[in-house]
Amino acid sequence: MALSRNWMYENNGGTCVAIAGSDYCVIAADTRLSVGYSIYTRDYSKICKLADKCVMASSGFQGDLKALQKNLAAKHLIYQHQHSKQMSCPAMAQLLSNTLYYKRFFPYYTFNILGGLDSDGKGCVYTYDAVGSYERVGYSAQGSGAGLIIPVLDNQLKSPSPLLLPAKDAVTPLSEVEAVDLVKDVFASATERDIYTGDKVEIVVINASGIRQELMELRKD
Amino acid sequence: MKLDLSGFESTPSLHGGAVDDVGEDLFSRPSFQLPACSDFDGFQKDAVQMVKPAKGTTTLAFIFKEGVIVAADSRASMGGYISSQSVKKIIEINPYMLGTMAGGAADCQFWHRNLGIKCRLHELANKRRISVTGASKLLANILYSYRGMGLSVGTMIAGWDEKGPGLYYVDSEGGRLKGARFSVGSGSPYAYGVLDSGYRYDMTKEEAAELARRAIYHATFRDGASGGVASVYYVGPDGWTKLSGDDVGELHYKYYPVVPTPIEQEMADAPAA
Repeated sequence: MALSRNWMYENNGGTCVAIAGSDYCVIAADTRLSVGYSIYTRDYSKICKLADKCVMASSGFQGDLKALQKNLAAKHLIYQHQHSKQMSCPAMAQLLSNTLYYKRFFPYYTFNILGGLDSDGKGCVYTYDAVGSYERVGYSAQGSGAGLIIPVLDNQLKSPSPLLLPAKDAVTPLSEVEAVDLVKDVFASATERDIYTGDKVEIVVINASGIRQELMELRKD
Repeated sequence: MKLDLSGFESTPSLHGGAVDDVGEDLFSRPSFQLPACSDFDGFQKDAVQMVKPAKGTTTLAFIFKEGVIVAADSRASMGGYISSQSVKKIIEINPYMLGTMAGGAADCQFWHRNLGIKCRLHELANKRRISVTGASKLLANILYSYRGMGLSVGTMIAGWDEKGPGLYYVDSEGGRLKGARFSVGSGSPYAYGVLDSGYRYDMTKEEAAELARRAIYHATFRDGASGGVASVYYVGPDGWTKLSGDDVGELHYKYYPVVPTPIEQEMADAPAA
């Protein structure tokens, strides 16, 4: 399919998840890169640090993802030169939305999640479709295993909609340690039933003290 | 004095014409990249199927004696998958104008944001607010220039300007209609049924809000691509306010409470064995 009729896209599979808490944000993605039934590598990072408190994870076509990451990094650098500060997560969220939409007629085939801390230090997660529509949410999953993971997250984390009036408080009740454990559990489960998810999961945690990263092994079959 | 021709421009401008030496190349207005293939329409059709941009909706708006009521659901679906139950489909363009989102979520979000920028620029250039007629015309002209390229936008611009309440329907085919009652989206036939049968010009604000809420509820009941939270906004001479946001699942039991049959009632009342 890749070479016929000038078709320029490829789906490299993989899954990403992010959870926002009251003062932390967890972003995770597996490290498998596949084409069709073949695994090209077990060690590919889908996570990119865009700013001090802002990290992006995406699944889909990794070629487009590399281009998108470079594009955003360049725009961020210009912003830093002009404003003498890093971009905040909500600002980066809108920049990503615009960047995706400017390729509306030749889309980036990437399903993105942006995670980080907003200017009040609260965790925030933004979820996107491929052409740039975005929304701030408490948690999100994208990619081939998303359909297996989101119902579990809905069950554990679902909070009242921000659109309700009178407004109901919508803070994820989990602590940082519980959230990381939940992420490890959902990836282990998704690996069981999705052929494109597995090998390792890279988990990035952002909180007031900075960014830390850990790797967990998953099934390699 | 340089004549301001920005109203004629149809492609989006990221930096509003700001030019400096460093930024010459970097800030030249970004244009949409197009794929270099022989069959553009076929490519767009395949790309849409692959990318499955989020869409699906019910929105409605109507003018009545006291102003404009705007209401919408909050579900976004990507193919058969519900990608979100909490999408903001009523977009606040400025404190006295609202836009609704139906069709492609990214298309609506982007072009409404762009419209908000253009409205603000109009205010700054002309020292007065833009009219609803003017705002809807700006949007309609932009969408018309992208006609045939696959944008999917079905929006209503509702607001209060010097002429009173205003309501326009604008879509990605380039259509623009002035009217008093509209519903847009996959659930609109159901919403029209309830809206048209219950509408009177001289309703009170509470009656109008309840009519809108019921119409959205019934649309979410019958249309799989609509659901979530039914939001109702009111636009009056002082601008817009949000009147209510109710989960449609709870609205169902409010409108159709479960009445237990006598046997069930007895079983519920009997002490636990």
